[in-house]
Amino acid sequence: MDLHFGDSKPTDEERAAVDALLGPPESSWEGADRSDADLRWARGGREARDRRDLLLPGLHAVNDRVGWISEGALDYLCRRLTVPPAEAYGVATFYAMFSVKPRPATVLHVCTDLACAASGAPELCAGIEARLGPGSGVSVERSPCLGLCERAPAALAIKAGDPVRTAVSAPATVHDAVLAARSPDSAPEEPPAVLAVPQAGQDGLMLLRRVGVVDPASLDDYRAHGGYTALRRAFELGPAGVIREVTDSGLVGRGGAAFPTGRKWQATASQPDRPHHLVCNADESEPGTFKDRVLMEGDPYALVEAMTIAGYATGAHKGYLYLRGEYPRALRRLEHAVAQARARGLLGDDVLGQGYAFDIEIRRGAGAYICGEETALFNSIEGYRGEPRSKPPFPVEKGLFGKPTVENNVETLVNVLPILTLGAPAYAAIGTERSTGPKLFCVSGSVERPGVYEVPFGATLGDLLALAGVRQGLRAVLLGGAAGGFVRADELDVPLTFEGTREAGTTLGSGVVMAFDDSVPLPRLLLRIAEFFRDESCGQCVPCRVGTVRQEEALHRIVERTGADAAGDIALLREVGRAMRDASICGLGQTAWNAVESAIDRLGAYE
Amino acid sequence: MRKREPKTYTRLTHPLVRDSRDEPLRRASWEEALDRAARGLARGRGAFGMFSCARATNEMNYVAQKFARVVMGTNNVDSCNRTCHAPSVAGLSAAFGSGGGTSSYEEIEHTDVIVMWGSNARFAHPIFFQHALKGIRNGARMYAVDPRRTSTAEWAESWLGLNVGTDIPMAHAIGREIIHAGLANEAFIERATTGFEEYRALVEPWTLSLAEKVTGVPAAAIRQLAHAYARAERAQLCWTLGITEHHNGTDNVRALINLSLLTGHVGRYGSGLQPLRGQNNVQGGGDMGAIPNRLPGFQDLLDPEVRLKFEAAWDAVIQPHYGLNLTEMFEAMEDGSLKAVYCVGENPAQSEADSEQAVRRLRSLDFLVVQDIFLTKTAELADVVLPATAGWAETDGTTTNSERRVQRVRKAVTPPGEAREDIDIICDLAARLGHDWKYADAETVWNELRSVSPDHYGMTYDRLEEHQGIQWPCPSTERLEPTYLHGRLWDPDPAGRGRLAPFGIVQHDPPVDLTDEQYPIRLTTGRRLDSYNTGVQSGGYASPLRRGEYVELCPEDAERYGVVVGERVQVTSRRGSVTAPVWVDTALRPGLAFMTMHFPDEVDTNALTIEANCPIAGAAEFKASAIRIEKLPIATIVG
Amino acid sequence: MTVTPLGIPRRLLEFTLDGEPVRAPEGSTILDACRAAGKDVPTLCEGDTLRPKNACRVCVVEVEGARTLVPACSRKAEPGMEVRTDTERARHSRKVVLELLASSVDLSTTPRVAEWLKEYEAKPDRFGPDAARLNEEPRVDNDLYIRDYDKCILCYKCVDACGDQWQNSFAISVAGRGFDARISVEHDGPLTDSACVYCGNCIEVCPTGALSFKSEFDMRAAGTWDESRQTETTTVCAYCGVGCNLTLHVQDNEIVKVTSPHDNPVTHGNLCIKGRFGYQHVQNRG
Repeated sequence: MDLHFGDSKPTDEERAAVDALLGPPESSWEGADRSDADLRWARGGREARDRRDLLLPGLHAVNDRVGWISEGALDYLCRRLTVPPAEAYGVATFYAMFSVKPRPATVLHVCTDLACAASGAPELCAGIEARLGPGSGVSVERSPCLGLCERAPAALAIKAGDPVRTAVSAPATVHDAVLAARSPDSAPEEPPAVLAVPQAGQDGLMLLRRVGVVDPASLDDYRAHGGYTALRRAFELGPAGVIREVTDSGLVGRGGAAFPTGRKWQATASQPDRPHHLVCNADESEPGTFKDRVLMEGDPYALVEAMTIAGYATGAHKGYLYLRGEYPRALRRLEHAVAQARARGLLGDDVLGQGYAFDIEIRRGAGAYICGEETALFNSIEGYRGEPRSKPPFPVEKGLFGKPTVENNVETLVNVLPILTLGAPAYAAIGTERSTGPKLFCVSGSVERPGVYEVPFGATLGDLLALAGVRQGLRAVLLGGAAGGFVRADELDVPLTFEGTREAGTTLGSGVVMAFDDSVPLPRLLLRIAEFFRDESCGQCVPCRVGTVRQEEALHRIVERTGADAAGDIALLREVGRAMRDASICGLGQTAWNAVESAIDRLGAYE
Repeated sequence: MRKREPKTYTRLTHPLVRDSRDEPLRRASWEEALDRAARGLARGRGAFGMFSCARATNEMNYVAQKFARVVMGTNNVDSCNRTCHAPSVAGLSAAFGSGGGTSSYEEIEHTDVIVMWGSNARFAHPIFFQHALKGIRNGARMYAVDPRRTSTAEWAESWLGLNVGTDIPMAHAIGREIIHAGLANEAFIERATTGFEEYRALVEPWTLSLAEKVTGVPAAAIRQLAHAYARAERAQLCWTLGITEHHNGTDNVRALINLSLLTGHVGRYGSGLQPLRGQNNVQGGGDMGAIPNRLPGFQDLLDPEVRLKFEAAWDAVIQPHYGLNLTEMFEAMEDGSLKAVYCVGENPAQSEADSEQAVRRLRSLDFLVVQDIFLTKTAELADVVLPATAGWAETDGTTTNSERRVQRVRKAVTPPGEAREDIDIICDLAARLGHDWKYADAETVWNELRSVSPDHYGMTYDRLEEHQGIQWPCPSTERLEPTYLHGRLWDPDPAGRGRLAPFGIVQHDPPVDLTDEQYPIRLTTGRRLDSYNTGVQSGGYASPLRRGEYVELCPEDAERYGVVVGERVQVTSRRGSVTAPVWVDTALRPGLAFMTMHFPDEVDTNALTIEANCPIAGAAEFKASAIRIEKLPIATIVG
Repeated sequence: MTVTPLGIPRRLLEFTLDGEPVRAPEGSTILDACRAAGKDVPTLCEGDTLRPKNACRVCVVEVEGARTLVPACSRKAEPGMEVRTDTERARHSRKVVLELLASSVDLSTTPRVAEWLKEYEAKPDRFGPDAARLNEEPRVDNDLYIRDYDKCILCYKCVDACGDQWQNSFAISVAGRGFDARISVEHDGPLTDSACVYCGNCIEVCPTGALSFKSEFDMRAAGTWDESRQTETTTVCAYCGVGCNLTLHVQDNEIVKVTSPHDNPVTHGNLCIKGRFGYQHVQNRG
């Protein structure tokens, strides 16, 4: 491609960061010194253009090393990958974790989202900024949910360098957060994942049973606790047998859409187009959700095994694990687990000696809620802006790189292990007839024991809140996160099943259960939700791009108003909300008005 | 960097005449100017040449060649076609009997391999290249053969940076490799070609390693291209002036055509040969007979039946021998056998290689009429200057593009002042010289052409409008022919195949202007994206890309000479010397420099180029001069 | 052997459009079928030479059984589909989309939008005087064309035309996110530092006049732009031998803009810098 590059040159550090990822450049056309051979023969074309998917890892490499992405660094990366600089700029500016302007090497992300806001995040931010003062070398950035709601308020420090260093502070105090930012290496180690599992060690857990029990770094320990029995079973059953088990188990997707997993696998497996791809969606970004993080940190091999099974069943030889950029510990654990599995022949050309080739590549997100939408996630992996695609065609037909793709959430995949070890009938016997199996819930907010809970489908909201020790003065519960809906404190008998919540006019979503007491002013909460959607809208379609702005403006106007003073804006919100729901391209815009609508209709907000 | 704006030309709005050679041009009435022109041309009968215009309409070219043949009784008619693509026409005619590119743009979107040879189409033919890009996006693999790694080459799977003027060794080595690898299309060779054994013997010495030595391109790269081209089910071979603007341009073209014959990549949908024409109607000018050896419809002038048809239609006697081509006409000026020239819309004073020589020759004429829209450098030398219309925006008619598509041009604006349409001017002159032609409009001219050219017969103005242009041949008003030529070569019936295509037995002959210690650098020329030829048209708009003329060097040479971007240097060839600022381009390699001809008023690049002409087609070797670069004693930085 | 390959004829499929059975060739979009049936569905981001982006959502229609409305411009017609183009639900979304756009973007040069605002009874003012707008100033950084992003509805057509669908220059992209997303060259610099080759193929597809010839921009500013006094004449470019068709827009005997027919087999509506802007020499009339 005849790309245009400006005059900016990369620094040695930036060049080294890119070369560490891609290897040294092969010719002067890619950025090496000029040689006589280069001036006689240059290869390019399709092969050069096919490396676009390394753009996001390349941006990470530079951002990790120097903390921001300069013109010279971007140009060099583009030259190496044959990517137009304008497009790379469009991609770099899409993600919240990247900066194309100079900034300090250390960025402290302070969560100001729902659970953290209710736990004093605004004061924490102010305190941190005051303590750090100007010229501190730390950039404080207000962040959407960091997935640490059980330990709210939370902060994540990222210090660029070789290697990049991270430290989590949660629950954060001004002192701890500043310490984490100033010297992430000497900050206290994060508590183990098991602390997020109040039920840890209890009998009967299926998905969480190994969290806190096994050493998440040890493949042998995983195998000593039943690991890889499901994969062996899968090889016995054959791909069609695995799909039959999964179909018969009644497993549906846990990411929020509740699509039958067996049907998705079958649809992908039967596509004649090759290759097939597997994508694990670990871009857990729904405010209030942290179950996938806990699974990945506490039992990483389970996901590796489950992905291998899914790949085997659907005829994929490569699995992409798209991991949320704000999950440094999950990244470390999974990188280690994948390497170990590869070293032991559990990934690679000949998995378990069965002649099946499968490997996993981890791709990091970079701060974009929208990339949790499956087609946006594909675009993100491919090196494009994480904008959702129009469906149809659906991913099972044209997904990642335009090929048949099965995309599953972490929790969904991990459910496949007990399905294969117990057998479909036994698994299907758990839960209700239409919502089978165990379900993870992320309980946070006004409860004594926030964390991830595993209960069989069918438990009521009240049961769950009782487990978590709901506090006095419960005003409302947000189910399903920002894209979900509120229920009242007197609706605790709602059964936590897909059908039960649907009948109650609400949603299970990704399993968020966030309890709010009287102390939290509802209009502020709604405004925070509206801000979240405005910030996270990709901007592709008009209803969402402008609608989320108009929604936020209206909620701003009525933040202190009620009754007739708010009626006009509420009518406006309804009209805009209806158009967002009906006419947006993807689920983000379609659900951006859900929570606000439920607060108005169910909780009587602004009355 | 500050942009240096080229000279802008203002339209001619009234005729100009010169009372004597020493006096300046002065304004005149049409009556006076035409009378003078007619008198001057009448005196020049028997020593007359007509320069027709590759940018004017088919209709104007038809009338212009008719003027030369009927009014002036000579076949001395040609156009700037000569300076660019005459070798393509000559080479294709020799192989296939017809001088057009064999494929259509659309076909390149559906081909498997594209070879761009000596063509920076990304700059010179941007919209053609969009079709090529469609092909690339559809999965075609592109190979680029060019001394420079141009924007076009950057799209290629593989770029082969050969030495300037080593195209025949490269082509022969590819041919040999195809034969030795058993990839030659024996069925096609057997069925549709002649001279294969001779060709096989011709290329046999050109081993990959010898080709590597001569071309400078690694053997592996040549081998890869050979295999890709031969193994493709469909392949398109495209070239531009990098092939034709050599002293042996026609041989170069033949060497490329040989590859298509060897592999059967011609005469099928998606497989063919595509020379990209440089001017809007360079194809049509030739088709209309504004060349010395063909009558309208590309019909051979030496064919008595053809001549008879035209003599009947025109009620005139046509000289039964070829006329002089543009190059030969310039030579004839030198020896005094050509004394009067009627030059329509051309600027040979600046577009010819060795421009100083061209100006001197034009000055030696007894009488020069120039008909143009601007007072060009050539017009400044004229005895009579006639203000004309801009063919594409101020007249009605047709032009023919590189894919042989005849399309309508239409009048959109009124010409300035007293400027008049070319056809009307030529007819007025014809009338003064005893031929009272009546053409009500362009369509009348076109219908006369249709009546004498079978290939154009089916193209009525109505049909051209309906189909947004029609490709020749179009012998019927009822149907359209395939988009590609020479499908006949694949006919199972030998009778249907017609004349078989001969392999061209052509030898390598290095550039005439050799590099040596005195002139160590090879200068090659080409176009930039936003500018065009001598810049008379393109200088009129404010292109943000334009930066004026530079001599472009590779970074290593710039360092060797101790010069920086913008620094003026002396550029000297065996013919002339200019000063030009330096530009550094990584697409070049040591010993290779690049200039354009877009800014002759600023830097007269053609003062450096060599007038070493292709003996068959007459194109000059613009692509290969030997120069030296000298730092000026006092550094001057431009911009 | 002189057979021209013809495309294999497309099969027809049947579905229901506003209660009427219609037949459309396989692969047609709902919009194709609507247009064939003479139904006027508004569109903004749809382009006849570009793959549907369905970003503006002004063409949404109701399809029986679909959870949300669907964009007519990109959704392929399927056998047995029941499509309704003019339901209250579809009209509501179109109205709100028009309001959202008109309240944030300068649509003063967008053809037909005034008519649609009226037809759908859209009231862009109801978001109040403080409703956020794009608030962009025209970018005048070269002599050929202007980027007035206050008029940009982010339809992506310019990006697609500059990118892999036609020009392959990739000079522009969408940068930023959400309401702050803008069309931009790398590092948000001026055009003259970018990969732009000034083909103007972005202007050709721009539906709102955000991208315009400088001649048009200047004449509009001076109040002299008058399309009713303009003629459009299609001719052939005078530069290289490719033979691109140019449509010259002439006002008072001056060429003021150049386009190309979108269905032309040579150009498909695309030109290069010379064809698009290189006309000035004919009107240097002294």
